[in-house]
Amino acid sequence: MGEKKANRELPERKKEFKTTVDGAVVNRVYTADDLGKDRQGDIALPGEYPYTRHIMPGGYRTRLWTMRQYAGFATVEETNNRYKYLYAQGQTGFSVAFHLPTQEGYDSDHPLSAGEVGRCGVAIDSLEDMERLWEGIPLAEVSTSMTINATAPILLAMYAAAAQKQGADISCLRGTVQNDILKEYIARNTYIFGPAPSMRLVTDLCVYCAQYMPQWNSISISGYHMREAGATAAQEAGFTIANGIAYVQAMIDRGMSVDSFAPRFSFFFAAYTNLLEEVAKFRALRRIWARIMKERFGAKDPKSMMLRYHVQTDGFTLTGQQPLNNIVRVTLQALAAVMGGCQSLHTNSFDEALALPSEEAVQVALRTQQIIAHESGVTDTVDPLGGSYYVEWLTDRIEDGAMRYINEIDKMGGALKAIEKGYIQREIAASAYNYQREVDSGEQLIVGVNRFTTGGEPAPKLLEVGPEVEQRQISRLSRLKRERDNQKVGEVLNRVRVAARGDGNIMPALIDAVKAYATVGEISDALRVVFGEYRETGIL
Amino acid sequence: MRDKKVRVLLAKPGLDGHDRGLKVLARGLRDAGMEVIYLGLRLTPEQIAEAALEEDVDVVGLSCLSGAHMVLFPKTVGLIREKGGGDILFIGGGIIPGKDIPGLEAAGITMVFGPGTPIGEITGFIKERVRRRGVDNQD
Repeated sequence: MGEKKANRELPERKKEFKTTVDGAVVNRVYTADDLGKDRQGDIALPGEYPYTRHIMPGGYRTRLWTMRQYAGFATVEETNNRYKYLYAQGQTGFSVAFHLPTQEGYDSDHPLSAGEVGRCGVAIDSLEDMERLWEGIPLAEVSTSMTINATAPILLAMYAAAAQKQGADISCLRGTVQNDILKEYIARNTYIFGPAPSMRLVTDLCVYCAQYMPQWNSISISGYHMREAGATAAQEAGFTIANGIAYVQAMIDRGMSVDSFAPRFSFFFAAYTNLLEEVAKFRALRRIWARIMKERFGAKDPKSMMLRYHVQTDGFTLTGQQPLNNIVRVTLQALAAVMGGCQSLHTNSFDEALALPSEEAVQVALRTQQIIAHESGVTDTVDPLGGSYYVEWLTDRIEDGAMRYINEIDKMGGALKAIEKGYIQREIAASAYNYQREVDSGEQLIVGVNRFTTGGEPAPKLLEVGPEVEQRQISRLSRLKRERDNQKVGEVLNRVRVAARGDGNIMPALIDAVKAYATVGEISDALRVVFGEYRETGIL
Repeated sequence: MRDKKVRVLLAKPGLDGHDRGLKVLARGLRDAGMEVIYLGLRLTPEQIAEAALEEDVDVVGLSCLSGAHMVLFPKTVGLIREKGGGDILFIGGGIIPGKDIPGLEAAGITMVFGPGTPIGEITGFIKERVRRRGVDNQD
């Protein structure tokens, strides 16, 4: 009996193997015949258009990605300590998590902030908090990412002002502000104003950075949150690029030339556990963006065509059950990010399905990146999976899937229209439900959750943020409001309102306002008066 | 006479915008034959209480991932109980550390469903509790 026959007779584990990209059936094996002959030129070499293999010729041989752990909790003192701890542990960039009131334009003493202060991030009410957050950290020398959207112009103004107080020239500041409001209406939901005034704020910030902060990434167009909300890899890719197109178009409509701002547009994606699909997703994304920038927007500067991105490993896949298993998941996800060619990476902590990360869990997460960087060998060559028949097939597959969504959204009149119609939200909600049903039926297996369960494992030591944090922050805020020059605050807030009503750039008025110690809540209220507030319609 | 369908109000109190779980649950409860009022997010306990009483629901499901659950859940339950919603069943979900659960139970949240809970477990729980209460009420 030949080996061939024996192989044929062995039954496979499942009737059908499918990608999670779009449910396409996966073949048993891939060969050169599965690759589109016409697509050979799409692959090219690292550093060459369309950058499928990497934006730089040398990849990580030249420079490793920035290890940028997202952190922020309680008050500025605790967070400042955590930053210094992470820096001492070898982290190479900062990433600020702001608490929800700051993200949504409320001060810590607002009734809606009750219970939220310092919980999901650090409480920043005024420039005073921002100054203390960076005490002992030279902002001229570090690179900082800030996850802030609706209130991004206010927080960037505070960051710039804090840096100036340290003696830094703002033209030297390096970092990223998320500033991606469109995805907030799709997922995550930390919007304040409606789409139109929000787009104006986004572009005001981008224009300001193009003029005065040339090293700062003025936007980080984010698919991460859509993926967390349930999007598939193809949806994440397609919807994010569609939003990117909307921002580029909005800047062009403001009279900016594409190459004056596009090199500072950056992206943010998720990495899931399906290693090869995720690597393929990043390769496809680079190729799609390069083509759109060159062919659709006529970019000439190669930097405008290079998709640069931060990756966060996926929070949704972390399980509360058997939390140590999450270390393995995060490792696979981080590996996908690195083999996919990210510029910056946050690895999640194993206890995040239970609480904010503890110091021990954060350290393991950072060490995971360092082990991949220095021990795994995957950084020794660029795009190590390039040329794998399966990965190349998946890359084409994701590109095609994403382009279908992009074309569909173009037909609707662009991302803003598609969001207003609820199209993107509904597509994602359907994928989320579909996934849950697959998990519930056991079709999608999750170790420790629907298979290989134990139950009763001991809870790890979790980080706690006590209610005293809220009291401390509120009393600090009321002292500030007593001690500052309140007549000046009235004047600067009035200037914010006037600027909001006008059509010039709002940033200078915001910078004056934060320097007078007007708070996030006060400035946001000044904008609310002009722009109104947005309520979601509860799309299911 | 009210219809026989179990009426469930789902809401996210506080400022947290992560609504994936609640939206999936809303679909799941509908597929299980329940009537779902999805109130959405960024709600105060007062707004949720008002809607729960106005809609005359059997169940209120609250979700929170921001860590504000110990403030927002008990306050919501308290307001609803105060205003006459004594027989409403409360369930909670989100990122809730295990050590907080006894406190939430004491405040009137009958069950906290953590991440990874199958939808069937939640629909089963609601059906069992709401039916049992119906029988008790007939005694």
